[in-house]
Amino acid sequence: MEFFLQQCVNALQWGSFYALIALGYTLVYGVLRLINFAHGDVFMVGAYLAFFVSTGLLAPEGLFGFSRELTLALTIPLTMILTSLVGVTLERIAYRPLMRKGAHRLYVVITALMCGLILENGNLALLGASRRTLPVLLDKNVYHIGGIAVTNLKLMVILAAVLVFLALHFIVTRTRMGMAMRAVSWDRFALPLMGIPLDRVVVFTFVLGSAVAGLGGMLFAMSYPVLEPYMGAMTGWKAFIAAVVGGIGEIRGAFVGGFLLAFVEVMVAAFLPSTFRDLFAFSVLLFILWQRPTGIFGKPLTAKI
Amino acid sequence: MLKRVHASVLICAAALFVSGGALAAETIKIGFPIPLTGEIPKVGESTKYAAEIFRDEINAQGGLAVGGKKYPLEFIFEDNESKPETAVNVTLKLIDRDNVLAIIGPQSSRQAVPAGAVANDNETPMISPWSTNPETTKDRPWVFRAAFLDPFQAPVAANFATKQFSAKKTAVLFEISNDYSKGLADNFKEAWEKLQGKDSVVAFESHGPKDQDFSAQLTKIIAAKPDFIFLPENYSFVALIVPQARDLGYKGPFMGSDSWGSAELMKLCGDACKGQFFSTHYVAAGAQGATKEFIDKYNKKYGYVPDDLAALTWDAVGLITDAIQKAGKLDDNVRKMRKTIRDNLAAIKEFKGITGNMRFDEQGDPIKCAVIVAIDQKGDFTFKESVCP
Repeated sequence: MEFFLQQCVNALQWGSFYALIALGYTLVYGVLRLINFAHGDVFMVGAYLAFFVSTGLLAPEGLFGFSRELTLALTIPLTMILTSLVGVTLERIAYRPLMRKGAHRLYVVITALMCGLILENGNLALLGASRRTLPVLLDKNVYHIGGIAVTNLKLMVILAAVLVFLALHFIVTRTRMGMAMRAVSWDRFALPLMGIPLDRVVVFTFVLGSAVAGLGGMLFAMSYPVLEPYMGAMTGWKAFIAAVVGGIGEIRGAFVGGFLLAFVEVMVAAFLPSTFRDLFAFSVLLFILWQRPTGIFGKPLTAKI
Repeated sequence: MLKRVHASVLICAAALFVSGGALAAETIKIGFPIPLTGEIPKVGESTKYAAEIFRDEINAQGGLAVGGKKYPLEFIFEDNESKPETAVNVTLKLIDRDNVLAIIGPQSSRQAVPAGAVANDNETPMISPWSTNPETTKDRPWVFRAAFLDPFQAPVAANFATKQFSAKKTAVLFEISNDYSKGLADNFKEAWEKLQGKDSVVAFESHGPKDQDFSAQLTKIIAAKPDFIFLPENYSFVALIVPQARDLGYKGPFMGSDSWGSAELMKLCGDACKGQFFSTHYVAAGAQGATKEFIDKYNKKYGYVPDDLAALTWDAVGLITDAIQKAGKLDDNVRKMRKTIRDNLAAIKEFKGITGNMRFDEQGDPIKCAVIVAIDQKGDFTFKESVCP
């Protein structure tokens, strides 16, 4: 039992990262019907930005010599802001011109894929292949609760994922901007006729998605402190699959899908030989999609297109 | 217009071909298919730096003396991206396009095993300085290595752990897609069971090449209550696995293999890796003679103490140049020259390297000693003991 509960905690932590990335995929898809394949790499950029911001601020090497607590408190918002700038830049220079020219959505998706590769290889060229590690910003405490070990960092990660989910859900369903986002998703061409600024809604979507990826990258770098240019690729792909299984375009779907994928992965490794982990995990997801092709929360789109 | 372009391209190609042919006799070309990017970039960097010191030193004297004439060394470094398929491609390129006399590298068994097949099929002598998996050289007369083998390293680690931790039960975590990690894990399991009897390996878990979270496997391992955990892993994984095991409440020791011995391990792993042990090829602390000279030269030029694969690369370059010098002259025919180098390598009785003296057996594997390294509280690699076959 203890063993099972410990594995549940492991899955909750790992699932938080999938959920944070999947939320970004789903936001952009929900609004623009665009699969932003560069999103996993935006997550990687977030982790690197957290590295640069925190080493820049922290004593004794940093420029400002702040204490660790202050550095942590400043790095989180700064990383989120800087990462959202990266996301908006991508939208501005890569996706928007293509969409304006009326390019088919397929070309925009391929462009996103290329943007991801540019981010990976640009990082490799600029910073070299040597791995980096985030300075320690938080003293890790291991708590033992009835034989289950958790650290304060793990609790922080899980809490962050839940809060981000609730905040995004609130924004999309309860605010005017959220209403505009849903409207863009419904009919992009009728929207300007209603006086809703399309571009502003799109930029807002990218800001939200990338800021969440930045937060995810920062927390990831704190939990798994070996940074490399390709770190976002595999995790990003898996998070995308999680978003699809949950029902892409649905905030709840991304959240549930992220945790579902992590649970399947962890439980397969826990109760079967770990060699079979990905094989079994993805077979289960394939089965879910086979039963529900639109994902757990997804609705069929045929009526609209 | 088109015709003119064609003609000029042809002329250029011909000029390149002629000059390439003419140059072949002027310099000694050696190819290095090494991981400059990818999972283990520090490995590629160390290899390149060690080789460059060797080359610059020889070339400063006018070149390598072969039969009374001096030829400058020309080293070609190609990036294998830490991937087996790229290693095969760049090795082929070095052999076919660059016409190198010999290949040094790749370093990790994951790339060296497939690249060794290419070198052997194309009858080009190859030395992998760092690969410890038996498959690299097995039944490949053209492939050699400068490191000891996993079937030797595994019992060394098992014996040491039994003595040091008074351990009865062990657990292993390894990378399933890596020939090195998988091979050493299997050898270690065999050695441990020979020592402590059946079922003394209480957990035998694996992970994939891009994994970052190991909590599921580690929870399983910790639940099985081993006396220590054996990690035949690349340093970048070690830096993730050791702290994660601590977070899950594991307090016991870890034992590692020679892939831990990178200069980057302590930078990434920090305090968590202090106090652990691993088996390796050489240790910089307390070195003497030629080994110390090499360490000082390297440290002076690049500002850090060279790791084991820098030292092994130095020895591999030494072995190749030795075999070339023994040929007595540089043959213009690349194929003939490659054959001579191979025969001379196979005939080496004893070579005094900076990682110890070595002889070669009939598979092209050296017989040499291993070292156990302790990571002290300052994070330095210190000598613990030496184990000879």
